[in-house]
Amino acid sequence: MSVLITFIQKAVMQGICMLFGADGEILTEKSGNLNLGVPGMMYMGGIAGLMAAFYYEKLAAHPNGLVGMILSLLAAFLMAAFGGLIFSVLTITLRANQNVAGLALTTFGVGFGNFFGGSLSTLAGGVGQISVAITGDAYRAKIPLLSKIPVIGDIFFNYGFLTYFAIIITLLMAFFLKRTRWGLNLNAVGESPATADAAGINVTLYKYLATVIGGGIAGLGGLYFVMEYSGGTWTNNGFGDRGWLAIALVIFALWKPINAIWGSFLFGGLYILYLYIPGLGRSMQEIFKMLPYLVTIIVLIITSLRKKKEQQPPESLGLAYFREDR
Amino acid sequence: MDNTVKEPLIHLSKREDMSFGKKWLVRIIAILLSLIVCAGFIFIIIKMNPVEVYEGIVEGAVGTGRRFWVTARDALTLLCVAVAVTPAFKMKFWNIGAEGQILMGCVASAAMMIYAGNALPTGLLLVLMFVCSFIAGGIWGIIPAFFKARWNTNETLFTLMLNYVAMQVVTFCIVYWENPAGSNSVGIINAPTRAGWLPQLFGLDYGWNLAIVLLLTVLMFIYMKRTKHGYEIAVVGESENTARYAGINVGKVIVRTVGISGGIAGIAGFILVSGSSHTISTSTAGGRGFTAIIVAWLAKFNVWAMAVIAFLLVFMQQGAIQIATQYNLNENASEVITGIILFFVIGCEFFINYKLEFRKKHSA
Repeated sequence: MSVLITFIQKAVMQGICMLFGADGEILTEKSGNLNLGVPGMMYMGGIAGLMAAFYYEKLAAHPNGLVGMILSLLAAFLMAAFGGLIFSVLTITLRANQNVAGLALTTFGVGFGNFFGGSLSTLAGGVGQISVAITGDAYRAKIPLLSKIPVIGDIFFNYGFLTYFAIIITLLMAFFLKRTRWGLNLNAVGESPATADAAGINVTLYKYLATVIGGGIAGLGGLYFVMEYSGGTWTNNGFGDRGWLAIALVIFALWKPINAIWGSFLFGGLYILYLYIPGLGRSMQEIFKMLPYLVTIIVLIITSLRKKKEQQPPESLGLAYFREDR
Repeated sequence: MDNTVKEPLIHLSKREDMSFGKKWLVRIIAILLSLIVCAGFIFIIIKMNPVEVYEGIVEGAVGTGRRFWVTARDALTLLCVAVAVTPAFKMKFWNIGAEGQILMGCVASAAMMIYAGNALPTGLLLVLMFVCSFIAGGIWGIIPAFFKARWNTNETLFTLMLNYVAMQVVTFCIVYWENPAGSNSVGIINAPTRAGWLPQLFGLDYGWNLAIVLLLTVLMFIYMKRTKHGYEIAVVGESENTARYAGINVGKVIVRTVGISGGIAGIAGFILVSGSSHTISTSTAGGRGFTAIIVAWLAKFNVWAMAVIAFLLVFMQQGAIQIATQYNLNENASEVITGIILFFVIGCEFFINYKLEFRKKHSA
């Protein structure tokens, strides 16, 4: 039983990183932009949050965990949103190819994260291992009382603030996309920008906002990894391929935020399953690590086989829209 | 009431008439601008004179004969992958999976070196490694191509996922091939016998790398420009329906083309394992599969422009690594600099393809 509880907790922790990334990418893709820069933006968000907390704790006389949290949250969001802005300028205004711009953003973002993560100690004057314990602890603080309930508390209430924040954002996004005028307009932009344009929707504005805000949300996944998962430390390339898994999760969730919630826990579980199956040899562990990717491929194939209309990607995904070409 | 239609401040129109020289002038200006931004970045971070830093970059990339050859070797490998992705992209098949196809080529080469290294004569072994890498990379390309051709499965995401499956295949193999035991790495394969290592050619350490990549580049140029296959690829890329009306079997063209694309990426894997690193790990491909996409796209699928761009990028990377060691920063600075340069170069294409016309002042 206790192994199962640990497994669920760890699966959720893995899943939340991807959930933030997938949320951001769903919002972006709903506007018709396929941003392959998500892994890069997640690195950018993670390192910006860490640096904000680090300099705050270093400079403030009596650092306060809550202030550190707010500063790092803002820094992570803004830095990753800046990544989304670079992508937007390149693809929307300058009409560059989305795949190419996205891959360049990932190259830049991952390098940016690893560069500052690896050099922060040198830049700050050789302080050794970077650690933002006070802010990290604030992120890791669990819900009092509720987390003490046996089993239920362990499974549902044993996480830091960002975990619940991720789920709230996802629910809000589901509501936004289905039930608000702006959300429906955004859907229209992603499905058929020419129609949306003719209906008087400002296509460029929607694309910009969705991509920039989507980038910011994805960046929080990086922050989650640095703060709650790693407790306020940085390891180069420690974030690994979770950014690409976030993109995979978008496909798995069929572009629906609600699906992304349980999908992220499933992906998180598949990601660490090899640690919990007894008697696996080392080579079989490596085979098990393929699971999230194989599952995504299978979902991809099945959706293309069934061709159900409501399960398809946004119609104009990956295509640029130029009014003059219409 | 003023009922005149307001003319927008900036008006865009397509242009297709820009001269060759002007195009490259725009690109060179973009690269210079990006270098200025990078210089600003460097100055803020390490407070060093950027001119000295750029001198360091040149020094690091081509400063000594040895460094020059490392730069050339890596540029050739990148060129090889860019050549590999070209036919698929020309067909508008977004093969983001070159990274995985390279790795499968690496696995095939390394497997031959380890299991057959001491049993076969050198020449035969190398030819077999070459062929097996091509087949392994090709299969990794044909899988998503088949689903694309049959059910229109999204190839961007499919090939992307296959990269990570390939990485796990590599780690799976490392478990069996690790040397010394427990190191979780393969180490230099056949270090004492050098079996399966590409030998010198014309007295150059990387002579074979040079020969193979240049040959592939020329062949690809001919294949795309002068053969029926190349023509079919271009037609399918322009419009699948047109291709169908013209009697082209679209599915067959897709599978064949991506198979070739993956196969050449596999050969890049062979060159990496046999001709430079002599080992294998998940980072052997090192992101080349992704960078090559950018190279091919920037070059507008012109193989000669690819060579220039590949060399420039590797030049910057090698230089940045040198700077990083010199100033005790970590070597990821190269990715930041590469990223900034790419943003500018990608962005500048806009000014080549479109003309900006400002609103003319009307006399009141």
